[in-house]
Amino acid sequence: MRFYEYEAREIVKRAGIPVTDYGFTRDAAEAKEIAARIEGPTVIKSQVLSGGRMKAGGVQFADTPEEAQAHAENVLKLEINGQMPRGILVDPKADIDQEFYVGVVWDGTAKKPVIIFSPVGGIDIEQVAEEQPDKVGRRHFSNILPFGDYEAKEVIASTGVTGSDLNKLVPIVTKLAKLFVEKDMTLAEINPLGKLKDGSFVALDAHMDMENEARGRHKKLLADLGVGDEETREAREPTPFELAGEEVDSMDHRGVAGNVTEFDGNLGLVIGAGGGSLTLFDAVRAHGGKPANYCEIGGNPSVKKSCGLAKLVLQKPGVDKIAVMMSIVSNTRVDIVARGVIKACLELGMDPAEKIAIFRIPGAWEDEGFAILDKYGVEYADRSVSLHEAANRAVQKIQGAAA
Amino acid sequence: MSILVNEETTFIVQGITGREAVNLTRECLDYGKGAKVVGGVTPGRLGREVHGVPVFDTVAQAVAHHGKPIDGSVVTVPPAFTKDAVVEAIENGIKLIVIVTERIPRGDVAQMVELANLRGARIIGPNCLGIIVPDVIKMGGIGGPAKDAAKSYTPGSVGVISRSGGMTTEMSSTLTAAGLGQSTAVSIGGDAIIGSSYAELMPLFEADEQTEAIVIYTEPGGRMEAELAKWVKDNNSRLPIVAFMAGRFMDEMPGMSFGHAGTIVEGKEDTATEKIARLAEAGIVVAEEISEIPELVKQAIANRKG
Amino acid sequence: MDGVFISVEVSGDVASDPAVGAKLEEVCPVSIFKGTDAGVEIVAENLDECVLCGLCQDAAPGKVTVTKLYSGETL
Repeated sequence: MRFYEYEAREIVKRAGIPVTDYGFTRDAAEAKEIAARIEGPTVIKSQVLSGGRMKAGGVQFADTPEEAQAHAENVLKLEINGQMPRGILVDPKADIDQEFYVGVVWDGTAKKPVIIFSPVGGIDIEQVAEEQPDKVGRRHFSNILPFGDYEAKEVIASTGVTGSDLNKLVPIVTKLAKLFVEKDMTLAEINPLGKLKDGSFVALDAHMDMENEARGRHKKLLADLGVGDEETREAREPTPFELAGEEVDSMDHRGVAGNVTEFDGNLGLVIGAGGGSLTLFDAVRAHGGKPANYCEIGGNPSVKKSCGLAKLVLQKPGVDKIAVMMSIVSNTRVDIVARGVIKACLELGMDPAEKIAIFRIPGAWEDEGFAILDKYGVEYADRSVSLHEAANRAVQKIQGAAA
Repeated sequence: MSILVNEETTFIVQGITGREAVNLTRECLDYGKGAKVVGGVTPGRLGREVHGVPVFDTVAQAVAHHGKPIDGSVVTVPPAFTKDAVVEAIENGIKLIVIVTERIPRGDVAQMVELANLRGARIIGPNCLGIIVPDVIKMGGIGGPAKDAAKSYTPGSVGVISRSGGMTTEMSSTLTAAGLGQSTAVSIGGDAIIGSSYAELMPLFEADEQTEAIVIYTEPGGRMEAELAKWVKDNNSRLPIVAFMAGRFMDEMPGMSFGHAGTIVEGKEDTATEKIARLAEAGIVVAEEISEIPELVKQAIANRKG
Repeated sequence: MDGVFISVEVSGDVASDPAVGAKLEEVCPVSIFKGTDAGVEIVAENLDECVLCGLCQDAAPGKVTVTKLYSGETL
């Protein structure tokens, strides 16, 4: 999950890394007060999760508190890449001598965190890596030994930085590395890290991503920052349809029937498991089908949950038929899913034979499942019909129905 | 032959009294030549039995009862307790650990893997279904109940490595239907950081005389396919590889995660398109559909021999 | 009592035995039985969750009938 800049800066500040005397607000009048307190030129920054703020006009410079208020009013109303700002940051316009970069990410190949450091900051680090590779230092560090200052020192020194800059940067890089590990981040980045005229360093912008799986371990931090449990903080906000899917999945603790993503097609999908869903979604599109949704069934969910998921998809406006398909199941039971999707049709007053374009789930308890499908006249396929062929049949059927 | 496990392999199940673990234990005991499940661990349940397997409070008790080192462990405990369970297994001399548990934060996985490397142990997973050697042994839930696993898996010459547990079985079943058996199939897990990647298992298959070709299932997200492509080029591998890439639609949706935790696309190198190009560059054949895989494997084997 | 897919009957003499009711409630993994002072009640909304495990029949041999309504087969 991604943090807004104002939250990321607070996290950095709590880790003991110097930050500017900024203020966050949702109100233009308050922006004026913050600017007055700052006593000097300020930067008004839109708080959105999307990139490209500068280009979109979401970053404005002000010389006076009145100007700060005027900019704040505009920025608060400005939508950026489909997102309205959460608020604005009023930041002192710092007197910068040089901009640095420091970030920590996971390296999935080395299976260790890696620090990336550069004396060329303020721009995209990938661009620096391409144009001035000798100015980018990388260093992996252990995830079981305590982090040592020397590790920070090595990565900084590897880029040619020495003297008092080196000594002042070591604690900042060390604190960021420790914060990355302690707070279960997947990205912790300060860019730019500004060197002020007086030789001191201060974080001017920060990006933080926390691992979703670890949110439960950082309840206090998230509560302090005001991040609600319902905020997914993915690339876009969940739709009401997707939230309804989460509700279905939380009906009981047995298995999964959810992970719903909304699309705008006419073929509803009740599919699984993880890899099977990815394969099937591709297959439907490869055959010219238009999925109404993505979802996942797995881990042997209850009849109630399968039924709830199927109902949700069947009732989605624009859905003509559903395709119920999974890769060969070993834990999830064919008969349980069959019961769920047929029950969904019946409870909605629909004919399963007409609404279910195809049922292709081979594997555990398939004989029992196929007996149920026989009784209701639903077309089904066993493992001799490939995932792609099953998707093709569903698409043919729905196109036949639409024609 | 096989990789990682064989009919002599002994293992324990940590978290053996959980609902899914009870089923998994039954399946492993019933499959092939019958797995040597020499114990189970659930704290506070010493003295019980699960399908005839003795339950202990600690791994140390299980090892003492067995009287000699135990080869492996299948870890099925909840995410908050997984790291401790894995460390317990490693520190009690276990060298092969299959982690079934999902939703373990990366920091924990990295710690387990780092310790395993120090101790000469190997981790498969997390978020995986384990390992199967057709008609011999299965370690984990892979393939499901013994009679279902027997439908999908047959002995043969193809090594299977997959980031999806279900797709391991789907692909193996497709190979089986076309008369191609498997030497060993490994579900390596769907997370961003896993104990054993494609490239880390390749040397084992390379050394296994029975294996003549490799089939892999891949997804967007991460650098694991690039690592494999590099390994193949650097090592002049004798094994032809056929890959299937799912989740191509995700290229249009950066920042969203589908299917497995590891699939989120964070940069250009993570996309399906980029990965397919990279695999192809290394001479790895990329199938458009699962059903094409058997023919591509047969051709690839014939080409190497010819 | 009937669900859409599964029907469960407990024969008369056992249905009014609280001890058997409690036992059935304990063994059923999907909570189809509820033990009461008067014996056992069937929880209608859970009938279709039946996983055909047979544990209820082991707990009260010969006294519980499970019918698959989609095939007519009786366990």
